[in-house]
Amino acid sequence: MVENRPFLTFLTHLVLIAGVVIVVFPVYLAFIASTHGPGEFVSGLVPLLPGSHMIENYSMIWNEGLSSSGAPPIWVMMLNSLVMAVAIAVGKIVISLLSAYAIVYFKFPLRLLAFWIIFITLMLPVEVRIIPTFKVVADLGMLNSYQGLILPLIASATATFLFRQFFLTIPDELMEAARVDGAGPLKFFRDILLPLSRTNIAALFVILFIYGWVQYMWPLLVTNDSRYYTIVMGIKRLAASADAEPLWHLVMAAVILAMLPPVLVVIFMQRLFVKGLVETEK
Amino acid sequence: MLSDVTKLGTRRSQRETKGVSMFKKVLCLSAGLAAVLSASPAIAQTEISWWHALDAELGKKLESIAQGFNDSQSEYKVVTTYKGSYPETLTAAIAAFRANEQPAIVQVFEVGTGTMMAAKGAVKPVYELMTENGQPWDPSGFLGPVVGYYSDTEGNILSLPFNSSTPIMYYNKDAFAKAGLDPEAPPKTWAELETAMQTIVDSGAANCGLSSAWITWIQTENLSAIHDQQFGTLENGFGGLGTEFTFNGPVQVKHWENLKKWSDSGLYQYGGPVGGPDAPPKFYSGECAVYMNSSGSRAGVIANSKDFEVGFAPLPYYDDVIDEPKNSIIGGATLWVLNGKSDEVYKGVAEFFTYLSQPEVQADWHQFTGYLPITNAAYELGQEQGYYEANPGSSVAIEQITRGTPTANSKGVRFGNLSQIRTLVDEEFEAMLAGQKTAQEALDSAVTRGNEILREFEATNQ
Amino acid sequence: MQSKRTIFPNKLLPYLLLAPQLAVTLIFFIWPAIQALKSSFEREDPFGFRTTFIWFDNYRRIFADPNYLSSLGRTAIFAISVTLLSMALSLLLAVAVNRLLRSGKVYTTLLVWPYAVAPVVVGILWWFIFNPSIGIAPYILRGMGINWNHRIDGNQAMILIVIAAAWKQISYNFLFFVAGLQSVPQSLNEAAAIDGAGPFKRFWTIVFPLISPTTFFLLIININYAMFDTFGIVDATTMGGPAQATNILVYKVYTDGVLNLNIGSSAAQSVILMLIVIALTVVQFRFVERKVQY
Repeated sequence: MVENRPFLTFLTHLVLIAGVVIVVFPVYLAFIASTHGPGEFVSGLVPLLPGSHMIENYSMIWNEGLSSSGAPPIWVMMLNSLVMAVAIAVGKIVISLLSAYAIVYFKFPLRLLAFWIIFITLMLPVEVRIIPTFKVVADLGMLNSYQGLILPLIASATATFLFRQFFLTIPDELMEAARVDGAGPLKFFRDILLPLSRTNIAALFVILFIYGWVQYMWPLLVTNDSRYYTIVMGIKRLAASADAEPLWHLVMAAVILAMLPPVLVVIFMQRLFVKGLVETEK
Repeated sequence: MLSDVTKLGTRRSQRETKGVSMFKKVLCLSAGLAAVLSASPAIAQTEISWWHALDAELGKKLESIAQGFNDSQSEYKVVTTYKGSYPETLTAAIAAFRANEQPAIVQVFEVGTGTMMAAKGAVKPVYELMTENGQPWDPSGFLGPVVGYYSDTEGNILSLPFNSSTPIMYYNKDAFAKAGLDPEAPPKTWAELETAMQTIVDSGAANCGLSSAWITWIQTENLSAIHDQQFGTLENGFGGLGTEFTFNGPVQVKHWENLKKWSDSGLYQYGGPVGGPDAPPKFYSGECAVYMNSSGSRAGVIANSKDFEVGFAPLPYYDDVIDEPKNSIIGGATLWVLNGKSDEVYKGVAEFFTYLSQPEVQADWHQFTGYLPITNAAYELGQEQGYYEANPGSSVAIEQITRGTPTANSKGVRFGNLSQIRTLVDEEFEAMLAGQKTAQEALDSAVTRGNEILREFEATNQ
Repeated sequence: MQSKRTIFPNKLLPYLLLAPQLAVTLIFFIWPAIQALKSSFEREDPFGFRTTFIWFDNYRRIFADPNYLSSLGRTAIFAISVTLLSMALSLLLAVAVNRLLRSGKVYTTLLVWPYAVAPVVVGILWWFIFNPSIGIAPYILRGMGINWNHRIDGNQAMILIVIAAAWKQISYNFLFFVAGLQSVPQSLNEAAAIDGAGPFKRFWTIVFPLISPTTFFLLIININYAMFDTFGIVDATTMGGPAQATNILVYKVYTDGVLNLNIGSSAAQSVILMLIVIALTVVQFRFVERKVQY
């Protein structure tokens, strides 16, 4: 620090505490709501201190869900989300590693074209091509399936660029040495590049896991069979019950459960998370 | 099931095969196993998929009806799936149809009628289905207003009426009593209702007088029918695709003006667009003393209004506009059968529909939910059982929808893309409540925008 | 394009390596985009029985539709408000954390996790807070004499989705600002301090200009975020209402196409959105290029 100014330091903490309050408050309220009984929300003012129904609420949505709103038990949806998030993260990493390797370590006709085709995916987020993409998935018979949830989301320009960038920084001597030792391209990839990319892969995994977990519009479109609902889209089902007051306590319990896995990943793998975030975007 | 078979096949083939193409073997084995298994009686049941849009109490009841059919015979199995709100269900069914994964039966709300009728290639008309499969079919057994709404121009019923409703007025009897009003004499006219609401709010018996679901359906379409006001040309759209909206007349404008006035003074609280998701909680919690919604909400209202006694009454009318209010119009949904299924499935659907139309099943559904009895027989059965005397208010809906002689303005509405049009009417209503437009401007704009959508629909379906 | 000095000589292998990525891209990105372009020139009934080629009618209709034009305007207001609000808050927090040594880490952990909360969940959280009948915010506002009802008041609905969307983005902006601030050479700051410049003056004259590449980068990313990643927030809170006051472009594409089944119009709107994304991407990459040289 340049100089010591107690007032400024005090102000600094004040600002940060205010920031933390802003960030935490909505989730705190949700948690409180998830510990109360059904009758306590109609009256007018939301409770601000924990209630006594926590275990009951959580076990109810975890095990039973709300069949009358078409929402399966939470554990089913959590499992679907987990499958989807992990498969998207792994899939993106695998196909991006391979394509970055091809682009950096080989010269072949149409290399530039391939690069541009991958680049273009950046410009076509799913939100802008909803209906035709839905149609493709429907034509392939992949509605209500894990493939349908996962495959259309695993193309990744950013991951490809990241690996390309990283491969370019690897000294050429490594490859020359490997070739002298008689290692073919696949052996070089497996024994040298992959181990070197470990940190990058881990960092990317954290970011892509979150990306997969928070997907909403896509699962909403391609699943209308509750066996394939993900937790993030299932919550909307819970919240939108047509003819009655939303069951706030259960909705909020589901909200807390839906946030937990990716938030824990961020908190416990903060260094990898920051690395992944900063590097994929730059 | 199939995946289990495949797994079994895989395990076996792993043991047995050496050098043989495993893939082929798995395929053969699983196909063989599937063939053997499907010959056994447990698998022989033909599945009939039924997508519906009813949740909570209604959804449970619907599932129990399907279960009743499944228990009554062993050839077919109706599998119900809740697909979200009415618009969501319709959308999902259309998308599924395009993907060739449509259900056999889909429940479509009355708003989707125009869209479904225009989609001739997608729909198997019920009258055809029933006669083709040798099931009894007597259109005259259905209630008049119900049949009228769902028939084509030749008078053939295209979809099976299932849960038809009409809007009625629910009121909080305790709040009425607390405000010194007679809980057994609900207001008949809007003027009386206004006075009652004012008394209730002034006395502190409730914070607000009125909330309403479905602004377009209840406060615009039904308002027009009850007061014999035209909603659109060509007999409210029954006469053809060239119809144009005319619901910006003086009666509709006056009513919207009143709602705006009451909204400003706190007598009326807006319940949100489309189905008005905020309206029911306002009534259940005692916030608003009067609430207008489908008669099909009866089960939900009774289940949720625990702290007070609920009264049921017809919708109010303006006595300076009409002396004897006309019938209200239909809402709710019918069951459409979609094309592209096997004859076996259609046979099952036809049997299921016969089951559904039985007076006992109909009467049970009607009495539990508050939806209208679809057939005369079901209504008569209820009368014989003494149901209407035992449950005051339960006949409000049917009396209201059958009163008087229907006119061209009161027999219903039929417009393509009505779902979209209702949304824009809601938007104009919101713009009026926010003070951006007067009632006249809002309704004029709704008519103009609605006509554009009608022209678009006409162009698409010519 | 850059590649290694020495390369593997294989002819077929690179194609095999590229195949999965290209297959997914072509099937799920390029082909649907072409389809969107095609159906933007067509009129189609919901069930897909009749398709008519109508040239630019869909586009003409869109640009003649006051609702679309107002949706454009609303989207711009939304994107700019979210960007400014979120970036201003994040910068403040980042500067504060940057002043601290050890405790900064704790604050960072407490501030970064909203990144992992799904937009639709963010929407539900704020919907709960601002619910007109049971929410805590309307209750407090009523005490201050403000009648909150975002079901009727379009501006309030807009404020609601801006707050929710900005809240979610704080952590992201915060991390990038912290990274940017840490790359500012301490010596410059110290030299200015010796010259007698106070902390605020130092920030505006030295630090802020130095982190301007980060700021510009975040500007683009945030606009992109507000325009495309906020579908869930709108869907969970206002659903585009009241009276279309919060019907941002990406939500309108969804309602027109998926709910109203107006496929031609929705496709034309998709094409317009694609053009916007392309423009944003080009700006972003030109900028990144410049920064690399810098």
